Amino acid sequence: MFDFLRLLSFGPDGWGDEIARGALLTIELALVTLPVGIAIGLGVALAKDSKSAAVKMLANAYTTVFRGLPELLTLFIVYYGGQMLLTRLAGLFVEGASVEVNQFVAGVVALGLVLGAFSSEVLYAAIRAVPRGQKEAAAALGLSKMRVFRLVTFPQLWRVALPGLSNNWMVLLKDTSLVSVIAISDLMRQTAIAVGVTKQPFFFYLIACLIYLVFSAISSAVFSRLEARASRGFRRVGGH
Amino acid sequence: MQSLLDMLGAGFLQLMGLIGLNSDLMARYGLRFLDGVWVTLQLVVLSVGIGALLAWPLAIARVEGGKWTARAAFAYSYFFRGTPLLAQTFLVYYGAGQFREQLTALGLWWFFRDAFYCAVFTFTLNTTAYQSEILRGAIQTLPIGQMEAAKALGLSKLKAYWTIIMPQAAGIGLRPLGNELILMIKSSAIASVITVYDLMGVTRLAFSRSYDMEVYLWAAVLYLVMVEVVRRVWDRLERRLNRHLLVSR
Amino acid sequence: MSLATRIAAAALMIAAAVTGASAKDWKVVRVGTEGAYPPFNYIENGEIKGFDIDIAKALCAKMKVECTFVAQDWDGIIPALLAGKYDAIIASMSITEERKKQIAFSNKYYNTPATFVTTKDSKITDTSPEALKGKVLGAQASTIHSNYLEDVYAKAGAEVKLYPKIDDTHLDLVNGRIDALLSDKVVELEWLNTKDGACCKFVGAEYKDKKYFGEGVGVGIRKDDPELVAMFNKAIAEIRADGTYKKINEKYFPFDVY
Repeated sequence: MFDFLRLLSFGPDGWGDEIARGALLTIELALVTLPVGIAIGLGVALAKDSKSAAVKMLANAYTTVFRGLPELLTLFIVYYGGQMLLTRLAGLFVEGASVEVNQFVAGVVALGLVLGAFSSEVLYAAIRAVPRGQKEAAAALGLSKMRVFRLVTFPQLWRVALPGLSNNWMVLLKDTSLVSVIAISDLMRQTAIAVGVTKQPFFFYLIACLIYLVFSAISSAVFSRLEARASRGFRRVGGH
Repeated sequence: MQSLLDMLGAGFLQLMGLIGLNSDLMARYGLRFLDGVWVTLQLVVLSVGIGALLAWPLAIARVEGGKWTARAAFAYSYFFRGTPLLAQTFLVYYGAGQFREQLTALGLWWFFRDAFYCAVFTFTLNTTAYQSEILRGAIQTLPIGQMEAAKALGLSKLKAYWTIIMPQAAGIGLRPLGNELILMIKSSAIASVITVYDLMGVTRLAFSRSYDMEVYLWAAVLYLVMVEVVRRVWDRLERRLNRHLLVSR
Repeated sequence: MSLATRIAAAALMIAAAVTGASAKDWKVVRVGTEGAYPPFNYIENGEIKGFDIDIAKALCAKMKVECTFVAQDWDGIIPALLAGKYDAIIASMSITEERKKQIAFSNKYYNTPATFVTTKDSKITDTSPEALKGKVLGAQASTIHSNYLEDVYAKAGAEVKLYPKIDDTHLDLVNGRIDALLSDKVVELEWLNTKDGACCKFVGAEYKDKKYFGEGVGVGIRKDDPELVAMFNKAIAEIRADGTYKKINEKYFPFDVY
């Protein structure tokens, strides 16, 4: 038992500090990806709601592809393919130029693309849930399109979308573990390094699982508060 | 079966050549990609299938079980839904290696020695958790009156579940279960990190020798085809099985 | 690093890391290496060390350039070179015809044979493809060893398992998931002398077939940098001539690895 505690200690012969650093990076990665993915998702959702058939089709194609590809594959394509593509593009403008996509960026882009596809479904459903008449009424009051979205559509959309987005976040949190295969020193990779040195796979992978579990638990607590908050106005108006 | 596969393979190669893909690469790895698809399908069908059988008792334990049974079932599903499949896979594959002697003594090592079985085992545990959650939700949407009516008719609880509750819950859960199947097709790519040559494993092998991005695109197309086929078949299935619901609306 | 700086750094890197045309009068050479292949390259207490690293430092000193090291997983080490993440691979990479299609190489700076390793209680004595039919063989993926297993042994009916790191391969040999592994003799010698390697032994002959195992280990360089290849060749000749190489060799091995 004390041996195991020593393995987790912070310091030269323990792995506590390495694993904690990895856990922190996992959180950072997820937090940076979240706004990127939601922004993509919102854009795609609005495109799906567009009147133009071509825009709609593009948006649907995007969702089909990034929902259908394994996240691991998306990650490889972005990491290797993205770098080659950008280098080639840069080479067109500057002779012998090279573009460096660091792993963190590749991870954010790949996970963001996936999150964008999944959250666009949630957001699209939420947009549709806001009755048309409300938008028309707001427009009749002389509000600009932007203000209609900000004042009328968005607050309601947010309430409807929150449970779905909370689900998306949970999936994202777990998907971050995949970036360890492109050499980002996240929780999973630091754990693998500890396993390589100590030869204690069961213990360390179990610890990693428990840390992810704690993240999930904290997230669901935060989201249920957010949901309660977002629904306040709704309860009052609806009177139940 | 084998000759049919060979024929399919030859046709596939020709088709790929026709649309102008790298023919050297195709000759070298084309058939291995089909093997990879086959392994992926086996992984998914076995784990989702076995998971479907295990998910029922777990879901019913959540609803009907006493305090401790229900809690244990909840803890199980919470653990597997709250942690990444990658971590679970490593835990089982490398963790089992650490307990080789104990597993040999129990006569189980032959199973955990094999990476494919380890993957099926982990994926099954994982999908069981998700499926049980779906089924629990479905069971709980059914009005309590149904159970009471069944009791009044003199049906045992077991019989009531088998003939009344389970068919309806399966119908309600059909759509999310289809999503779970699709998620599993995608997640199965994780098997490649523990030396299984599924579609992803073959892709990584081909890339590691050719460094040609094209192989990732082949893989992307093959995964999308699998997912789309499943999605469409499932849509039809759902429409068929839930006909009565559509009519009543 | 705080979250904000990380985001800023990331954005910068994607937008403006276009290192321009001046890169051709080499002042800085970025060296990619694996860092998981002792005793040639490994990370100890956060520092990168090993025979490859000492050689790289000696070569850079001769070339009068500053060298920086970048750790990169093995399976991505050539794509990352091609993508311009670094300028040279010094990571015990064998010079083979297959790789020459993708990248250029310097002359060799060492050459060691390949060999099979199995557990001490194993019944394997003959390592010919026929004798290993039906066995499970392992190697690190994307290496000369994995290519040899795939092309020769898998075709003869062995099951081949490939791992991202040599260490994972060792782990599964110890666990009994593979019956034998094919790897570099010097790397395995190092491992057999560790506590974990005590389980295992060499078996069979040494493999040197040029078609698969190449002409020794060289520095990997992009094909559009021929002047860098020439610089490395000159530097290798210099450290061979002035005794620097011998000193590094003796620091690591009691035998000549050239």
